[in-house]
Amino acid sequence: MSGSTQTLSSSIGKKLIMSLTGLFLCLFLIVHLSGNFQLFKDDSGLAFNDYSHFMTHFPPIKVVSYLLYLTIIVHSIYALILTINNRRARPVNYVIQPKSPSIWSSRNMGILGSVLLLFIVIHMGNFWFSYHKDEWFKNHEGPKMPFKEYRTDLKTGKLVSAKQLPQGEYEYAKYVDVNAQQEITIAKDLQAQVIFSFSSPLYVFFYVIAMAALSFHMLHGFQSSWQTMGMNHRKYKPIVNQIGIWLFAVIIPIGFAVMPIVYYFTKR
Amino acid sequence: MNLTLKVWRQKNAKTAGKMVTYPANDISPDMSFLEMLDVVNEGLILKGEDPIYFDHDCREGICGTCSLYINGRPHGPKQAITSCQLHMRSFYDGQTITIEPWRAAAFPVVKDLATDRSAFDRIQHAGGYVSVNTGGVPDANEIPIPKPIADEAFNSATCIQCGACVAACKNASAMLFVSAKISQLALLPQGQPERYQRVQNMVAQMDEEGFGNCTNTGACEAECPKSIKLTNIARLNGDFLTAKIFKSEEIHA
Repeated sequence: MSGSTQTLSSSIGKKLIMSLTGLFLCLFLIVHLSGNFQLFKDDSGLAFNDYSHFMTHFPPIKVVSYLLYLTIIVHSIYALILTINNRRARPVNYVIQPKSPSIWSSRNMGILGSVLLLFIVIHMGNFWFSYHKDEWFKNHEGPKMPFKEYRTDLKTGKLVSAKQLPQGEYEYAKYVDVNAQQEITIAKDLQAQVIFSFSSPLYVFFYVIAMAALSFHMLHGFQSSWQTMGMNHRKYKPIVNQIGIWLFAVIIPIGFAVMPIVYYFTKR
Repeated sequence: MNLTLKVWRQKNAKTAGKMVTYPANDISPDMSFLEMLDVVNEGLILKGEDPIYFDHDCREGICGTCSLYINGRPHGPKQAITSCQLHMRSFYDGQTITIEPWRAAAFPVVKDLATDRSAFDRIQHAGGYVSVNTGGVPDANEIPIPKPIADEAFNSATCIQCGACVAACKNASAMLFVSAKISQLALLPQGQPERYQRVQNMVAQMDEEGFGNCTNTGACEAECPKSIKLTNIARLNGDFLTAKIFKSEEIHA
């Protein structure tokens, strides 16, 4: 047992924790982006609201989501511990600004990470907490997140109608109206919250800035995590580096940033 | 050449230091950086002042003793050379040159520009060797080693322990040094019996000395006078985690 504690308390062990939690968060980015692309479906939010219910109520995903929150906390705490250690390792700073060549993002992971943590807190408060608070605090004052009723034609599979239900107690439901040959879905309208949030230019601006921070964080973080795990392959390490640049630092941040921008210009 | 020097002066480890400005006049562009400091020191001695204390020995870039942080870069503005191999023609007439010691908690200042780098020796003592008597000179090719591996081991073995990696690192991490010392033995057959104990012991000593943690910025690789590569750090990480997680080798007492 002492062997394993020495492993994780050593400098490389702490870096391993950063690396593994970081890669888990990278994996989450892929899932989150691909799921959220349903925001672009032209179906009054049926697919997105259905998906939101699934992601918040399917037990295995609930377990993984709490693991995810824990991962974010562990990644942040270890970043703080390592940064404090690193500051202690150089108690007297150089008089002149160091000029050794290194990539900007690699030197500013802490600042970029802080921007992302602030973003995560605001982002979760706005969507995650708003979505759950009606269930957690049944008697809270203030407006509740509305429900929406969707009717889909069973034969053609096309959306017939989508209407917002009046304020009241509803549960998620999906059933077939045999007479009308329609499938009826009643779901919490998270898309309405998305439209509302992304109608604010300040909020859209903050999202775009946060995604720029994500891009630079990934530019260094993804390849760095493989280096920390000891990956040293002549052929595959360059491939990992390219995945870090193109998938995680370019495609994913742009994919996320497009959502508030498109909503701001089309749904406002 | 006429230059202005801003030099860190510190009487000893206990007293606080400060930057002091000195003129360096009539400097030949063909002088090495250390010869320029010798000229300045001669002037100081003639005036009855305390000369600038700095580490130097071989003055041909192989001993790793010189250690000056010149204008924000260890061993000055040129790549892959030590301060003693740096010539004054790399600077321009009238330039102000700032000279500081290595800055790291593990490298306390002894006096002025000299630091105590015995932390590196203690890391080496923790396992940076092969514990068998070498005996006589073996026959050539008695132990077959593929050429690329021999080259890689040799490249790692060119580390001169100067500490420029620690000085350049924003975290004052010694990972490039330790990884070079690990690699030169981990790549060769002679290093195999102690490979996994060695990496655990040397990393434990490195942490004990108070060096920072590697954040893979690559500043060390850029400043290393012997061009030790960052891939060594990946090899060190791999060996360490293999030893700790997959091989369960105990650290010997």
